[in-house]
Amino acid sequence: MNSLNKRLSAEKRFRAYGLFAVALSMFFVLILMWKIFSTGSGAFVRTTIEANVFFNPDFIQVNQNSLEKELYRASYVALADEVVRQNHPKLNEEQFIKVREMYTRKFDYQLRDYLLDNPDKIGQSIIMKITASSDLDQIVKGNYPRDVPEAQRKINDYQLSVLDKLTSEGKVSSVFNFWFFTKGDSRDPESAGIWGAVMGSLYALIICFSFAFPIGLLASVYLEEFVKPGKVTDIIEVNINNLAAVPSIVFGLLGLGMLIGVIGLPYQVPLVGGLVLGFMTLPTIIIASRASLRSVPPSIREGALAVGATKMQTVFHHVIPLSLPGTLTGTIIGMAQALGETAPLLMIGMVAFVMEIPGGPLDPATGLPSQIYLWSESAERGFLEKTSAGIMLLLLFLIIMNTAAVVIRRRLEVKW
Amino acid sequence: MIYFALLILVIISYLFYFIGKKRALNLKFNGNIKLSSQPDYFGYYVVLMALIPALLMWFGLLLFKGNFQEMFVMSPILFPDISTWSDGKLGLILNKLNNLSVIVNLPLDDLTNGEKSILNMASENELTAAKKLANFDKIYGWSNLTLFIILPIILGFLATRSISGKLNAQPIVEKIITYIIKGSSYIAILITIGIFLSLVFEAINFFRYVNPVDFFFSTGWNPNRAFVVDASEGFDKDDLENAFGFIPLLTGTLLIATVAMIVAIPLGLMSAIYLAEYASKRVRDIAKPIIEILAGIPTVVYGFFAALSLAPFIKDVGESVGLPVSAESALAAGLAMGVMIIPFVSSLSDDVIKAVPQSLRDGSYALGATRSETIKKVILPAALAGIMGSFLLAVSRAIGETMIVVMAASLRANLTFNPLEPATTITTQIVTSLIGDVEFDNPKTLVAFALGLTLFLMTLLLNILAITIVKKYREKYE
Repeated sequence: MNSLNKRLSAEKRFRAYGLFAVALSMFFVLILMWKIFSTGSGAFVRTTIEANVFFNPDFIQVNQNSLEKELYRASYVALADEVVRQNHPKLNEEQFIKVREMYTRKFDYQLRDYLLDNPDKIGQSIIMKITASSDLDQIVKGNYPRDVPEAQRKINDYQLSVLDKLTSEGKVSSVFNFWFFTKGDSRDPESAGIWGAVMGSLYALIICFSFAFPIGLLASVYLEEFVKPGKVTDIIEVNINNLAAVPSIVFGLLGLGMLIGVIGLPYQVPLVGGLVLGFMTLPTIIIASRASLRSVPPSIREGALAVGATKMQTVFHHVIPLSLPGTLTGTIIGMAQALGETAPLLMIGMVAFVMEIPGGPLDPATGLPSQIYLWSESAERGFLEKTSAGIMLLLLFLIIMNTAAVVIRRRLEVKW
Repeated sequence: MIYFALLILVIISYLFYFIGKKRALNLKFNGNIKLSSQPDYFGYYVVLMALIPALLMWFGLLLFKGNFQEMFVMSPILFPDISTWSDGKLGLILNKLNNLSVIVNLPLDDLTNGEKSILNMASENELTAAKKLANFDKIYGWSNLTLFIILPIILGFLATRSISGKLNAQPIVEKIITYIIKGSSYIAILITIGIFLSLVFEAINFFRYVNPVDFFFSTGWNPNRAFVVDASEGFDKDDLENAFGFIPLLTGTLLIATVAMIVAIPLGLMSAIYLAEYASKRVRDIAKPIIEILAGIPTVVYGFFAALSLAPFIKDVGESVGLPVSAESALAAGLAMGVMIIPFVSSLSDDVIKAVPQSLRDGSYALGATRSETIKKVILPAALAGIMGSFLLAVSRAIGETMIVVMAASLRANLTFNPLEPATTITTQIVTSLIGDVEFDNPKTLVAFALGLTLFLMTLLLNILAITIVKKYREKYE
């Protein structure tokens, strides 16, 4: 009897280990998500300080009749300084520098962009919400502690007192951070946006799709429908399986050595990034597409052949349309993997600091994951929440793509 | 320009489909000629005839654009000492000319001050060359466009004219498509060859500077020693001694991969067993997708998590019990990598466990064995080959993983087997040697390819081993 009890408790223990393993794995998912959402949510709001802005034509040297080009060219730095002086009267030079630091360094651009949209405001006075500097933003959001010695703070006691005064006057407020979704990268966390990276990734994915999907589809058609099993097919098959297991960084080296080094395509452009991602996705698509072609029953082919269709007509008119949902599902999953790949982008230079939003696959750009990597390497606290917010956006795209794959599979795939 | 040209090409080829088809129909109904193919095929025939040469030529122009550009712009008349320039200098000058060519033809008023100063700093010859470059870009763009319009139109009309009762379009079209399909399937092989060649060539270049024996067996890794020497002056052998030693990278990689496998194998295998053998259908339907989320998360996220939360946490825990832990310990990177690999191990093992036939389980239960005894003594031995295969694939995944170690592991080589100390990996060093200036004549850059080749061969070997084990030792139940 004793031994039976032992065996039963061993059974219970084993089962508990299994449950523990499952629970622990699920716990990892939760803690990862929680960490990212708790650090990243701050990036979607930005602290602003209300200020009285008088667009003094003397400071920007433009007038009501100036052309848009002249408005764009004018320097707004002096005007920005003047706005600070007017809103904080009676500052000595040292105090002025400290107060100016509380506003964003891109103050002048904010003034310029406003004036470009509203050129009739020259010579007039308005109330504007000026973006605060990242350090102040972090203090307001509570990410920087206030109760540590002054030497350990980026914002000193004087700036804190000014901040408290502004807060009591109701001038400090938080607004939704549109800049994060519309701007390119920046050295200042408060004005850094992800849009440039999103466009870079989009162009790379378009290139990746237009390379890998047609070639993957046709290659799988050849291997499944046209060629008889033999040495050549075996070699191609082993090759495709091995290619699927090659580390992504090696594909990056291929892009650097071949596409950039030998062929001479430019460095850090989405065209090269997309091609490298396409090389990586190709095996995934071929494997998925072959499975999908194999699931089309032979009766379809025989039926078509029996009424006089050629092999080519059978395949292109009947087999491929029936297998397309499976191929598309595999393609989308492969593209989702490609979207998250960082290492190949690092190899071909898509990790540089790029302020402009790329206008095509031949403009220098970063990708979404490489932008995340860039920000994560930055020491400033303001970039930490940008990194997490970038990850949230990346995960959102991945969820959308994977959901689309599931929907296509459920809706369109024919079960035989 | 190029997108516009591509669009026109698509429109032209679409039109030719109708022209070809129309002519075929015309012959059939008005000319009373018996056609040997369906009218559609004459349309396809014309399109293929018009399109393929244009696309091939476009591809050629694209490939050799750089060469044409250099021939056109970098003439010895403008730059008399051009033959003595190194590749790096040539690249720099070309880059400068590229920047200049954008602004050189604009009126002065439209330039910002920065652009004006660039113009002022350029020499007279450079300005001429930049103007030539701007001209070249224009000519190149227009020649592309004409190529895209004129050539397909001529070829298309020639093909249309050749349509007659004698022309059997269908076999020709099918033959061409067969070639295209066949070509597509060879691209996978071309990619592999491309990987191998680009790695081998640059690795051979690297081994010109560094003795392969030194590389594979020396224990010192200080690639920056090669960086301080100017490439054109040649390298002192002493400088390169002990600069590129592969051993500490290998031990670091294996150390981190071991930590990862210690996490991933028990968790992944036990999860697979629990979900396959114990869990009810409802639990399985919820738990399995959640665990598979771990596989879908990009590795850059794990790297961020490891560097931001895991490493400081491990350091704090270690210090609270009096252990000195590095902030870039191999343990943190290994743990994060282990979590990433859990779903990989669990889904592969799950497939193998499911493949064990029910009759084996029933037989074991009939003899009075408990479930865990059945799993340990019957199912796991039966599935052993597949499970070992999945472990090997997971190891190969861990060795090739890049972002987690780039972000969380150390950059400094350290010959150690202590997971609390910092360690570096092969992939980390590939990335560090290629970030910043890429010069194909410096061993500091070239070492990336030698490391990449080693990594490629290591993972290839592991994969082949995994497939062989599965094939050779798989139990067959028929």
